[in-house]
Amino acid sequence: MSEVAPGTSSEFSEERVRAVLDAHRSERGGLLPVLHDIQGELGCIDERAVAMVACDLNLSQAEVFGVVSFYPDFRASPSGASVIRICRAEACQSMGAEALARHATESLGVGLGDTTADGSITLEQVFCLGNCALSPAVMVNEKLVGRVDSERFDALVARARARASGEPQP
Amino acid sequence: MSAADSMPGSVPRRVGHPDLPGHPDPSDHPDAVRVFVPRDSAARSVGADEVAEELLRVASTAGRDIDIVRNGSRGMLWLEPLVEVVTPQGRVAYGPVAPQDAASLVSSGALEGREHPLLLGAPEDAAFLAGQKRLTFARVGLVDPLSPEDYIATGGLVGLERALEMQRSQIVDEVVASGLRGRGGAGFPTGIKWRTVLDAPGDVKFVCCNADEGDSGTYADRMLMEGDPFLLVEAMVIAGIAVGAAEGYLYIRSEYPGAIETMQAAITIAYGNGWLGDSVLGTRNAFDLHVRVGAGAYICGEETAMLESIEGRRGVIRAKPPLPALQGLFGCPTIVNNVLSLAAVPSILTAGAAAYSEIGVGTSRGTQVFQLAGNVRYGGIVEVPFGVTLGDLVWGYGGGSASGRPVRAVQVGGPLGAYIPADRFDTPMDYETLASVGAMLGHGGVVVFDDTVDMGRQARFAMEFCATESCGKCTPCRLGSVRGVEVIDRILAGDDREVNLALLDELCETMTDASLCAMGGLTPMPVRSILAHFPEDLARGDVRPGTVPLPESFR
Repeated sequence: MSEVAPGTSSEFSEERVRAVLDAHRSERGGLLPVLHDIQGELGCIDERAVAMVACDLNLSQAEVFGVVSFYPDFRASPSGASVIRICRAEACQSMGAEALARHATESLGVGLGDTTADGSITLEQVFCLGNCALSPAVMVNEKLVGRVDSERFDALVARARARASGEPQP
Repeated sequence: MSAADSMPGSVPRRVGHPDLPGHPDPSDHPDAVRVFVPRDSAARSVGADEVAEELLRVASTAGRDIDIVRNGSRGMLWLEPLVEVVTPQGRVAYGPVAPQDAASLVSSGALEGREHPLLLGAPEDAAFLAGQKRLTFARVGLVDPLSPEDYIATGGLVGLERALEMQRSQIVDEVVASGLRGRGGAGFPTGIKWRTVLDAPGDVKFVCCNADEGDSGTYADRMLMEGDPFLLVEAMVIAGIAVGAAEGYLYIRSEYPGAIETMQAAITIAYGNGWLGDSVLGTRNAFDLHVRVGAGAYICGEETAMLESIEGRRGVIRAKPPLPALQGLFGCPTIVNNVLSLAAVPSILTAGAAAYSEIGVGTSRGTQVFQLAGNVRYGGIVEVPFGVTLGDLVWGYGGGSASGRPVRAVQVGGPLGAYIPADRFDTPMDYETLASVGAMLGHGGVVVFDDTVDMGRQARFAMEFCATESCGKCTPCRLGSVRGVEVIDRILAGDDREVNLALLDELCETMTDASLCAMGGLTPMPVRSILAHFPEDLARGDVRPGTVPLPESFR
């Protein structure tokens, strides 16, 4: 599946963007699948990719940039090695998500939407992960985690950091 | 390229979860004990994968042959991971199972259904399930979601086969007669929408399924897609045949990677079995189905914003008219239905419209899939006829709060739904009764809050959420929500309270009356419900000591 692939911040590659465009050539209105796949390949959608996509799909760069900037999933610069998303919607609020978000920002020393200085973790907020009976919910890359308290959060962070540095995972 | 071009020629007979060693075909070792461990994302979020791995490892060490089937979840989420063992006497459930329980389960004879501290008994006898009427969720948790054999053995495709014998207008009439109304929130009669599309001129028509389940407290679409994906495939094919559409789009939010993966796998299998493609079940009907993945925008759950998104644009809503039924996707007549609306159709065609319309109250026919969420002791799926009271749901099925503290409020219907105080829990849950008390059913989410909730913060959050997620097309929503946060901040700070309350009321009226879609139009609903039922939380004059300070604006 074509999804945000955290940490795959490889160099821009004209060839890989071209390959994504070719793979979606016959799809009607395929801009979102194209953008998902480019981000999956390159870790972000920078202005060079925007220019290539616009030219290929006969759109203006403004139109493509408008789509990239509208959707929270798309990023213009690469994320950290892991993306940790904390649900801050009502069901999770009822089980302490605000306190968890505060713990996360304080313990990682970054704001929501920011990446830690070592590049290991990008912390984000999300509104609903569909795990509302096992709140608070967190998603680490594409792995959903339920009933997250600050202790469990710290363990998730430790594992993500170990993964980023190539150490055996705790 | 049609999706069929990339389909493999043969269908895997049984498909396990890709993260696990493929579970063996039972015909290879008929003596193996079948053990069900859910593959539902919620179950996996509390360790179902690790439990499955550990059970396999422990059983193999003990020389026991087990066949692990990854089923959907029964919807008793506080018991997840819920492990079920197939015994000659039927299925026996244990839960919630942690990976470290695997050894004692195997050694104490759980593979024969014997006593163990985690033994729950026959899952279907659980009080939580016994009172339910599962039509849409009938198969979820019972079967291997990606087994076409399981699907057919449990009544799958009967509705589609029946539809293929009918005239288009007869199918539509059947859906009209069932009384089915849109489960996404608006409650518009599904059959009437279908008839509009059927009668609309045009050679090219589409079926779009809205699986952008963004409301907090709702997860039934996700569980259905992960637990019974063929049902949704069958339903979309029926819809296509009914209105003369040969193509469908299933728009799933990106926050649901498990549902995306399961639906894509199910669609591949459906093509391989001839349930999709140029000749549906060998007939002259063609239907192609594409999955589209959202990109994190709540507004794309609004039907016209979703169409814009599928077309490859910003998820900015369209003014209506024209209705999507007449000018929808790519300007063509289009059915846009929620997952649960569509998923009700196969059972309606199987058992007949009359059987469905006999259930329910007033103009709310059939069953509603409620989702108990938040601070609730027994959270999960409750599919029951309309008319159940909120008290039955929260105190009966839900068992009160998870924290053990008194329940203070319940938000019904997502972030745009009303907060209902505990003294109104006798309210029957149907479209009209809820509307008459200033609330709405929405997608059936019920989020429970205990008495530590600060309703002033919840009112602020309603406006803040709208400010974050507004598509920006209309002024009342785009600016009104920002002004709403500001005015609520002044009220909470005790600044010119009376003047600002009057201003908030006026702002709510403007947003309700002048917004283009439900996002801005319904954001005042939670705010006004708090003003009506919890005014004391807006009257304190400052933030309650000991609570978390109000968050900064989100972005």
